[in-house]
Amino acid sequence: MLNKLTLTQALTGLKKKEFSSPELVQACLNEIEKEDSKIHAFLHINPNALSQAQKADINLPLGGIPIAVKDNFLTMGLPTTAASKVLQGYLPHYESTVTRTLKSAGAIIIGKTNMDAWAHGSSTETSDYGPTLNPHNTDYLPGGSSGGSAAAVAAHMCIAAIGSETAGSIRLPAAWCGVVGFKPSYGRVSRYGVIAMASSTDSPGPLTKSVADSALLTQIIAGHDPYDATTSPLPTPDYHRHLQQPLKHLKIGLPKEYLEVMQPQSRDLVLQAVKKMASLGHTIEETSLIHPKYSIGVYTIIQRSEVSSNLARYDGIRYGLDRSHFSDEAKRRIMLGTYALSSGYYDQYYTRAQKVRTLIIQDFHSSFQKYDLLIDPASPGPALKLGAAANDPMFGEMQDILVEPSSIAGLTGISLSCGQINGLPVSFGLIGPQFSESLVLQAAHAYESAI
Amino acid sequence: MSYTPVIGFEVHIELSTASKMFCGCPADHFGRSPNTQTCPVCLGLPGALPVPNSKAIEWCVKLGLALGCQINLTSKFDRKNYFYPDLPKGFQISQYDLPFCHNGNLLGRQITRVHLEEDTGKLLHQKNQTLIDFNRSGVPLVEIVTAPDFTSSDESSEFLKEVQAIVRALNISTADMEKGSMRLEANISVKRVEDPNLPGYKVEIKNVNSFRFIKKAIDFEITRQSKILDSGLIPAQETRGFSESKGETVSQRTKEEANDYRYFPEPDIPPLQFTEDQIETWRSDIPPLPSQIRRDLMTKFSLTENYARIIAADAQMYREFLKSPTKTTADSLINKRPPTSKPVLVSTEKISSIARAVVAANPKAVSDLKAGKQQVMFFLIGQVKKELGPVDIPLTGKVISRIIDTDDPIRN
Ligand SMILES: [Zn+2]
Repeated sequence: MLNKLTLTQALTGLKKKEFSSPELVQACLNEIEKEDSKIHAFLHINPNALSQAQKADINLPLGGIPIAVKDNFLTMGLPTTAASKVLQGYLPHYESTVTRTLKSAGAIIIGKTNMDAWAHGSSTETSDYGPTLNPHNTDYLPGGSSGGSAAAVAAHMCIAAIGSETAGSIRLPAAWCGVVGFKPSYGRVSRYGVIAMASSTDSPGPLTKSVADSALLTQIIAGHDPYDATTSPLPTPDYHRHLQQPLKHLKIGLPKEYLEVMQPQSRDLVLQAVKKMASLGHTIEETSLIHPKYSIGVYTIIQRSEVSSNLARYDGIRYGLDRSHFSDEAKRRIMLGTYALSSGYYDQYYTRAQKVRTLIIQDFHSSFQKYDLLIDPASPGPALKLGAAANDPMFGEMQDILVEPSSIAGLTGISLSCGQINGLPVSFGLIGPQFSESLVLQAAHAYESAI
Repeated sequence: MSYTPVIGFEVHIELSTASKMFCGCPADHFGRSPNTQTCPVCLGLPGALPVPNSKAIEWCVKLGLALGCQINLTSKFDRKNYFYPDLPKGFQISQYDLPFCHNGNLLGRQITRVHLEEDTGKLLHQKNQTLIDFNRSGVPLVEIVTAPDFTSSDESSEFLKEVQAIVRALNISTADMEKGSMRLEANISVKRVEDPNLPGYKVEIKNVNSFRFIKKAIDFEITRQSKILDSGLIPAQETRGFSESKGETVSQRTKEEANDYRYFPEPDIPPLQFTEDQIETWRSDIPPLPSQIRRDLMTKFSLTENYARIIAADAQMYREFLKSPTKTTADSLINKRPPTSKPVLVSTEKISSIARAVVAANPKAVSDLKAGKQQVMFFLIGQVKKELGPVDIPLTGKVISRIIDTDDPIRN
């Protein structure tokens, strides 16, 4: 059962030579073999994972660890499709910064995980290759768009996984699958070689079995990248070492508008988690933020606009299949975005959305003058049933209502489990100011250690 | 009836920075084998991101300063969205509402703006297929836009030559029109002398690659449009090219589709912020410009205006002159022009017109060349030599390549 180990445990075991990297990789491959025909977390399995494990240098920070990677990260030698038929069989000519960093840290990419096509969605139901199912109950959705990564971690088909979040795409599937999902600030992790969804909010990050694992992985992938002009030049703190340091008593805000949006049973579980946080010595105060419903419009306009431009290159002239292979959801987004940017409508939609975005950023800014962190559950309730997303073009925007404000503001946030309803996980979350990853991870780690 | 021409320009200058605008590929693409200077960024591969070239930004601002512009301390890049096969991302990174430089003035003519963008790839049209060369994709391109302040071909030509001389003095581009590193687009219309308003139409002249031809094209257009107006009609809003063999402009595109480029701020590049100090440092780096040099040559060195004009327009000749700044040096430099060595006696324009005829007369050789038979080039050069006698062989080769490469009926 080596596949059930956390990243921290697996690293310790490998270093103590309790088992080998090929044994660890084999355990994960066995689990994939056994379970993935039901779950469908993976789109491609790395056929060389075992041979790479045999050569792994376990002295490296992630030496010999099998990691699953969302299929929108370009990986040389492994197909990269962003779960779209347009890129069926596409073999990248270069490596994304995140996977290059993971590989040079000794990690083994065990496979590429399923997602909503082009990351357009919050269910993984809109993958052009069929949905991923929730490992807790296969009648339910895993959330998305990093649903394959969340399910792979929850079903122990890998030790940890990498996803990307534009607005909720890490935190929501983590919440629905009951794993830890960590969204670093925009600009903390390089987007180079990640198939762009909305360029101004895309943030790669980890999905893991513990907060400590998220800290470890973020430690590896974060930092300035000369190939991504939007990455911050700020040095990356040692997130993992900070976890061990004593945490001061924090002042944490509990936005009442966010609680209002939650389903009662989930809200009760979140409030219990809040009590637990208070018992750790933190001061928690009810506060008020701009209602998250306003973020839906802002996010929808900005994201569709950027999508309409980002997908223009997929014309089938140089690579990939032609545009007839775009699914309806991608076409809807391209059309809406094209409309929003059109002359005569630009001011009414795009400019206005950017203005409200600025107001939301300012609102967070003033809130963080008062509070170190804010409570922000990733989802109003537990996972929804398969089929829920299929006929609802605004499904994602509604499910992601609680994480859209922090995403469009470029903040960092974490989602971790705080209980279950009918066997389905419910999540509790924290957000912090841009580049406050250390504090968010520390507070989440302290909470996780206490339960 | 008596008419006043209304003429404005868009001038594109390809910068000679070491690397391209948003990636590390070499910017010098002329005469390189197709698609040998490309990378994920300039090929628009999935996931690739642009990182702006700070040297290109500095040079664009310096050119703006040399053209008397004001500099926007806060600026940004924008996406200009449109489809064309030579544009691999489906958008061009350009500047929309906050260009680096605006409101300049040169020779009394208003410069509306000077901004930075990226060049496109090149289409190579063959018989049954079109090939794309992305070596030029992403090369830094400065666009200078003037107000419609010109009323004759002479003043236009003087202005454009001055722009070229300034670019060369700054040493930021070869500004060579044959090679396409300086490209001119003229907007020409004519109005009745007494009419205070701008005309309700304009004709765009594209792809003119010498000062002599732009002058001819402008004169031809003024006559053509005046005749149409005389007959009581209004000239069509259209894009025209210049036929060197006929010496006239020819219609290329009449139905001017209203392009909506859906500009929006490039989210992959954070907005740029300059300080006054930064701008002043760059300003102080600017070498003496042609106008200053002309003044110096006339006042300090007592040269005639004509001599001063010739020397100031040629950065190389000016450097030579300064080594021994005497009237005798000026005489010998000017008399040496064009250089006495025989081959170069044939002007580039002459080579160009013969080369065009040779290319037209040898379709088989051209298609062989396009298919990669480089040795055919020597045959084509030979044909030009037959007509003209000894010619500068590398130059002739480049001229032929350019004629073949830019044989794009729509645009290039
Ligand atoms: Zn390149």
